[in-house]
Amino acid sequence: MIEVRDINKSFGENHVLHDFSAKFEAGKVNLIIGQSGQGKSVLTKCIVGLMEVDSGSVLYDGRDFSKMDRKERKDIRTEIGMLFQGSALFDSMTVEENIMFPLKMFTKMSKKEMLDRANTCLDRVDLTGRNKLMPAELSGGMMKRVAIARAISMNPKYLFCDEPNSGLDPSTSLLIDSLIQEITYEYNMTTVVITHDMNSVIEIGDHIVFIHTGRNWWQGTKDEIIKTENQEIIDFVYASKFMKTLKGKLA
Amino acid sequence: MSYIVSIGKYVGMLKDVFSKPERFKVYYRRTITEIETIGINSAGIVAILSVFMGAVIALQTASNMDSPLLPKYTIGYITRSSTILEFSPTIISLILAGKVGSNIASEIGTMKVTEQIDALEIMGVNSLSFLVLPKIIASVFFFPFLIICSMGLSILGGYYSVTASGLTSHEEFVYGVRAFFKTGDIIYALVKTCVFAFIIVSVSSYFGYYTKGGALDVGKSSTQAVVWSSIVILLANFVLTQLILM
Repeated sequence: MIEVRDINKSFGENHVLHDFSAKFEAGKVNLIIGQSGQGKSVLTKCIVGLMEVDSGSVLYDGRDFSKMDRKERKDIRTEIGMLFQGSALFDSMTVEENIMFPLKMFTKMSKKEMLDRANTCLDRVDLTGRNKLMPAELSGGMMKRVAIARAISMNPKYLFCDEPNSGLDPSTSLLIDSLIQEITYEYNMTTVVITHDMNSVIEIGDHIVFIHTGRNWWQGTKDEIIKTENQEIIDFVYASKFMKTLKGKLA
Repeated sequence: MSYIVSIGKYVGMLKDVFSKPERFKVYYRRTITEIETIGINSAGIVAILSVFMGAVIALQTASNMDSPLLPKYTIGYITRSSTILEFSPTIISLILAGKVGSNIASEIGTMKVTEQIDALEIMGVNSLSFLVLPKIIASVFFFPFLIICSMGLSILGGYYSVTASGLTSHEEFVYGVRAFFKTGDIIYALVKTCVFAFIIVSVSSYFGYYTKGGALDVGKSSTQAVVWSSIVILLANFVLTQLILM
């Protein structure tokens, strides 16, 4: 479980996160949703340690990340997998090398063991046999799947996904969502997904945190978010014509 | 004020660059790859520049020797001295700052804006050490070889230009090249080269690593890397010349 306690983060005069607190449970897909500019990405970067918090703490199964020294942080990061918005695959490496990279850096596996592991991860994301392709030769959806394969290669305890569906068509988005959900349950990971996509909320959201003006504005389940009377959430959820129509039909 | 902040950031970056590598084997392999990318791939341009540079130095020296009191071997002597002391280590390093420096800044800058560096950090890899240290080792190790080749090719270019045009004879030029030779000059040139190699890679990496924004900013970082590497090389050249030769 990841617990965030009273996080504050400012950039000069711009106070982005205000006493933000939330709990992300293991074996569940936890979604952070909210409009652009409300602090979702800053929150994620603070949780994974890419940004230092001004105050507050981040606890990984009770271990306070903000109080750890460099060595301890390094150790905990080997337990984290992350899927970036733009996939962030290493351009100069093949698909196979991308997946094997963390294994090469942090394990003492033999080359055969690493290859076996890479193949298992590629099988898991339905990309069997694409080992030797370069990232430039992959489609957007395939890049995301390779990024997921790389993220799970070290059997992480925590998985972060930053807008996994951005730039993807609806069917590929659905595929990526299903994959995230399946691997979360399969590996009993604590998964945190940052998204704008309401389809993802409906499809995979076990626990949803709505961030507004840098605060934990609302949290609950996907059934609760549909029924909520909170105006900010209604404005966000039913912003699109499609969702308005859907709401009308459901009503 | 911003210059002081930048210098502080640069020194902080170097501290991270020289921290203990996670896996020596991976770093060793990366260093070998960088020797090829940074060093061997620059050999062609260094060779062409050196030959023509030497040829022009010799021709200009010959054309400016109006006094009959000056012996002809002076052409070979000046070609050798100016090539070894200044042209090969400094001018070739400035050219390399353009070629290698822009390449490094754009490579690391692109990795930064496409979140590849964040991906390394999330995995627990010290991204600065992983990306920059092999480049520094490769350049400090390999640039002296390039400069030694440059010295030889420059003198050869000078030799062919003045002997083929009849401005001096083979014997006189060779005598001039060998006259008053000091081994210390070569050591001075190689020390300068190592310092310049370090400057090119570290300054360019700094601008690449701290790139913010998108593709346009990668281009800006690349330009800044070349400009500042060149300025720092010239400053270091002045300081080293004062320290070693004076």
